[in-house]
Amino acid sequence: MYSEKVMDHFMNPRNMGEIENASGVGLVGNPKCGDIMKIYLDIDEAGVIRDAKFRTFGCGAAVATSSISTEMIVGKTVQQAMEVTNKHVTEALDGLPPLKVHCSLLAEEAIRSALWDYAQKKGIVIDGLEKPCDDHDHHHHDHDHDDED
Amino acid sequence: MIYLDNAATTRIRPEVLNIMTEFLAENYANPSSIYKPARQAKAAIDKAREQVQKAIGADRPAEVFFTSSGSEAINWALKSIATQNANRGKHIITTAVEHHAVLHTIEYLEKEGFEVTYLPVDEFARIEVEQVKAAIRPDTILVAVMFANNEVGTIMPIAEIGAHLKEINGQRGKDDKVYFFTDAIQAIGRIPVDVNALNIDLMPISAHKLYGPKGVGALYVRRGVKMLPLIHGGGQERGRRGGTENVAGIAALGLAVELAIDEMDETAKKHTEMRQYLIDGILKAIPHSKLNGHPEHRLPNNINITFEFIEGEGMLLLLDSKNIAASSGSACTSGSLDPSHVLMAMGLPHEMAHGSLRLTFGQDTEKGDLDGVLEVLPTIVERLRQISPLWEEFQRVGNIDIFLGK
Repeated sequence: MYSEKVMDHFMNPRNMGEIENASGVGLVGNPKCGDIMKIYLDIDEAGVIRDAKFRTFGCGAAVATSSISTEMIVGKTVQQAMEVTNKHVTEALDGLPPLKVHCSLLAEEAIRSALWDYAQKKGIVIDGLEKPCDDHDHHHHDHDHDDED
Repeated sequence: MIYLDNAATTRIRPEVLNIMTEFLAENYANPSSIYKPARQAKAAIDKAREQVQKAIGADRPAEVFFTSSGSEAINWALKSIATQNANRGKHIITTAVEHHAVLHTIEYLEKEGFEVTYLPVDEFARIEVEQVKAAIRPDTILVAVMFANNEVGTIMPIAEIGAHLKEINGQRGKDDKVYFFTDAIQAIGRIPVDVNALNIDLMPISAHKLYGPKGVGALYVRRGVKMLPLIHGGGQERGRRGGTENVAGIAALGLAVELAIDEMDETAKKHTEMRQYLIDGILKAIPHSKLNGHPEHRLPNNINITFEFIEGEGMLLLLDSKNIAASSGSACTSGSLDPSHVLMAMGLPHEMAHGSLRLTFGQDTEKGDLDGVLEVLPTIVERLRQISPLWEEFQRVGNIDIFLGK
């Protein structure tokens, strides 16, 4: 059911862990949905993401999307990281089963949540970035329920 | 492979496979025909009907109808009772923890105008007979309570419910009966099931949970219970379910049930000991783990344990990488976005329901298999905890309130 890429990132997650005194920390998801992701970003003075680490509570797809998305943003500028969407993450994993596509939203939202935290700390505005919901309930599952069975 | 998912399905027994082969490859006659092989095929069906009848303590072979699955038997039973008795009452009593084949059929009936009482369960997924007593109304036509739960293995007080229904049915009279349906699919062959001793009126059976093939089941229907014809066609299954019989599957079901009952006491004893060994081993080796389901009123072959701070699917994938087959009640493995309705009905918080692991033994399971689990499981749980933000939070501050919106 999972692609080899998903299994690889689940079995050997990249960038798992935390960054002390991170430039930005993002926390999204909730236990009700069954997945939670915490992401730490180290952003340098030029606005380039030097390092990213994550911890995720969730299924194989949630861990894999967390892992690959950290790889996708390291070395990018904040503005470039804003362009990483759940579609890119899913494509980079060679696709996800229909019921798991929502997991890729977790990574996208976590990155934005961490960028928001960074912008708040720095007192800057990042184009196109909105304040994430702070009730950790922002991670909606609005996919097609007809896929179930 | 260490196969510990026998509640999902079982490996077919060689002798059961043999009898199937006989009726697929050698005697392929239609049992409705007149010549000798056809009569032999017919005799094989009759024999299977008797084997099932004896296995469940029924009075007559004619009370056993063959179906294509346990789910079909469930659908047929519930829809028949509902539609055949709707003129005198539309109230159905069931529990919150039934298998989806029961729950979704009853939800369908609810949409069709039936009124349903879903009895809540206690922390062990069990109901009390008093709850059934209190829920019965003059317009109640059916009580549907599962024999043993497929996820957590909890055994319901079926004898007490049956006895109570017998008592009130004596007062209500013949034309005002409250029928008793019990889904015994996980129970048959594992614990004693006797339809007369327990006053059961309708009961589904599935072959592939009993070392038989997939695609065949049966429904026990007490004499006198009016059934809807399920499939109009030839006169098969006494005109209730048309279609040329699945002779190989039916013969296999009969033999599988008989053999499972023959070996039941011995297997149950062995499994009960193994169950305790594995439960003790896991709970001792892995901190923050908890047994789900009843410690005693429990199927001998079922273990269901929650590991806090992790999610079930990851566990299954890592167990699979060690060639161990198991299942979980997490959302990601239930085919929906919600964790198991059984674990939720037991009152487990979401994060606990997501972290459940179910291990179910079969006749091939040996103690060495359990040692195989004990060897790898602590490392797997530890590994997932290292990835989990819940575990990190718990290690740091001693609770996970921040994630629970507290």
